Amino acid sequence: MPRETLANFSIERLEILDPRGEVDANLLPDLTDPQFLRLYELLLLTRLADERALNLQREGRLGTFPSSLGQEAAQVGSAFALAPQDWVFPSFRELGVFLCLESSLPNYYRYWMGDERGQLCPPELNLFPINIAVGTHLLHAAGVAMGARYRQEPLVAVPYLGDGGTSKGDFYEALNFAGVYRLPLVAICQNNQWAISVSRRGQTATETLAQKALACGIKGIQVDGNDVLAVYQATIEALKRARSGGGATFIECETYRMSDHTTADDARRYRDSAELESWREKDPLLRMRRFLEHRGLWIEADQQAQEQALLQRIDQAVEAAEAVSPPTVEEMFRYTCHQLSSRQEEQLKECRDGRA
Amino acid sequence: MAVLNLVQAINQGLQQALIEDDRVLVFGEDVAVNGGVFRATEGLFEQFGDKRVFDTPLAESGIVGLAVGLAAYGLRPVAEIQFLGFAYAAIDQIFTHAARIRARSRGRYSCPLVIRTPYGGGIKAPELHEESSEAFFCHMPGIKVVVPSTPSNAKGLLRAAILDPDPVIYLEPTRLYRLLKEEVAEEAYITPLGQARIAQAGDQVTLLAWGSILERSLRAVRDYPVEVIDLQTLSPFDRATILASVAKTGRVLIVHEAAKTGGFGAELAATIAEEGIMSLKAPILRVTGYDVVMPLPLLEDYNLPSEQRIIDAVEELLRYS
Ligand SMILES: Cc1ncc(C[n+]2csc(CCOP(=O)(O)OP(=O)(O)O)c2C)c(N)n1
Repeated sequence: MPRETLANFSIERLEILDPRGEVDANLLPDLTDPQFLRLYELLLLTRLADERALNLQREGRLGTFPSSLGQEAAQVGSAFALAPQDWVFPSFRELGVFLCLESSLPNYYRYWMGDERGQLCPPELNLFPINIAVGTHLLHAAGVAMGARYRQEPLVAVPYLGDGGTSKGDFYEALNFAGVYRLPLVAICQNNQWAISVSRRGQTATETLAQKALACGIKGIQVDGNDVLAVYQATIEALKRARSGGGATFIECETYRMSDHTTADDARRYRDSAELESWREKDPLLRMRRFLEHRGLWIEADQQAQEQALLQRIDQAVEAAEAVSPPTVEEMFRYTCHQLSSRQEEQLKECRDGRA
Repeated sequence: MAVLNLVQAINQGLQQALIEDDRVLVFGEDVAVNGGVFRATEGLFEQFGDKRVFDTPLAESGIVGLAVGLAAYGLRPVAEIQFLGFAYAAIDQIFTHAARIRARSRGRYSCPLVIRTPYGGGIKAPELHEESSEAFFCHMPGIKVVVPSTPSNAKGLLRAAILDPDPVIYLEPTRLYRLLKEEVAEEAYITPLGQARIAQAGDQVTLLAWGSILERSLRAVRDYPVEVIDLQTLSPFDRATILASVAKTGRVLIVHEAAKTGGFGAELAATIAEEGIMSLKAPILRVTGYDVVMPLPLLEDYNLPSEQRIIDAVEELLRYS
């Protein structure tokens, strides 16, 4: 009656592009030069659109805003791998995902300006609304994944979450379902090291977040989340496995939240500035730019021209967002249910007649 | 006496509870190093250390379930849920366990815990940060529901909640956190649970309210002969004070932020209909939020009862003689 080891596990980490812009040629994803350039454009667009949102918030033109500064590669790299039929379940910090999927930037701004209509999803996308409750949407992704398997459609459900989200019961329940039913689901975790003031170490005692997948019998992998090529490669592989019936994957993108949690937060209260500084060298934009330079695809002049063009696009988006007339009280009632109750009809009338 | 706002009064109440009773533990998301996202727990971690004031992983059901175990074991957990909208994730632990442990164990175990959480609208925050779902909790036997409305009663009600032998949901009106300031007695004192407070005396209309909408109601009716009753505790609520006032005024207005259908106002109206209908000169009126999902900032002002809606209802009631 011996004591024996029944199982051993290990967790893989993937890095392709280092902070100096050097790549491991063997691991380089199968992308064309225009695609590399497009990836960089999306990273830059995300950064600039995020900066603009922060400025608008300071000017009182936009409400509380969660910045994605520093997390662009995890967002763009993963979303760039998606196919048009895939279903995406964002959390609340996924500006780069929205931009990569070409969802409307004016709508994104409008949502954070406090306008319900900003959640409107373009018909050509399968994009769920921004989810404020942490980690609760992974189960919805599992549901869509199960539906897709039932209908034999080759789509993959892709929920986004943060490191804090992995502490929620719903997270475990979703991954467990994904394991039991072998669902086509790829969960993208942006481990940005902080959940408001609670550090990754305060969230879990596990060595990696990726290993949480093992308890559910699905694949878990850690990638350098500031390396857009590694994130892309890990996602493409996971999507392929999901589409071919190989089951779900949990991808931990190790990255860093360079900003405050939201504009209502002050990270200096709980976070060491040396830690922040140490991540500056790992900037996801800088290393992609260096990579493009090494490949002869990029010069300083390109940078300025592109920034100008993107800023112009952002200006137009802000203008478009602010040009919309304010929502009416009908907006408040119209989508509560398919049909208003008689009481809601009365309330709408009272509200419209300006008693408010 | 120091002049404190609501958040400072709660902070002082927590501090005194921690000093008074070493069974008291304070925990939740961001309550320790960061002092809470609204600063309600500021300085407590520094003063009492991480054994008594600690950050938890992001897991609401976990936070409340942990508190149930701690309470059953004899400690006095004061758990924070960051916003009431996130307590929905903990409803299973609140309803299935905190509320029933005493009954299920035939008195062997009890659950003297407090769940503090910011509550209510009017702060232009993102989705789920402005919920007014007090009625859900009031419907569940076995738990008490408390809503402070001023710095003074916030401190006194909090102490009473922590001393209470049963689970208490303590709903802090977020809009009031920094809006009101008043002198608050330095020493620890109790504002008893289950008792209402006459916030304005009057003899023509009885207005029932709580939390942040009470403040708005008081401003709306200050020049009217309206008796404004601050319920302070919703479950159990103070029938005697309400019925005595109704007997005097014969007219009732109930104001709450939550949706009308099934809101706590319905319970108050039904109770008055059952036990005080003979005093009534007019129908019982309710001014409430609408039956809609609490909207995002650009529309939220339309949903919350405005001063004008409250005044209109008072004038309507006064037309009945
Ligand atoms: C269920 C739930 N609890 C609490 C909150 C309040 N809250 C908003 S974001 C956040 C931290 C989230 O951390 P993480 O999942 O790591 O994502 P990040 O903010 O780092 O992107 C908290 C506690 C919430 N939105 N939802």
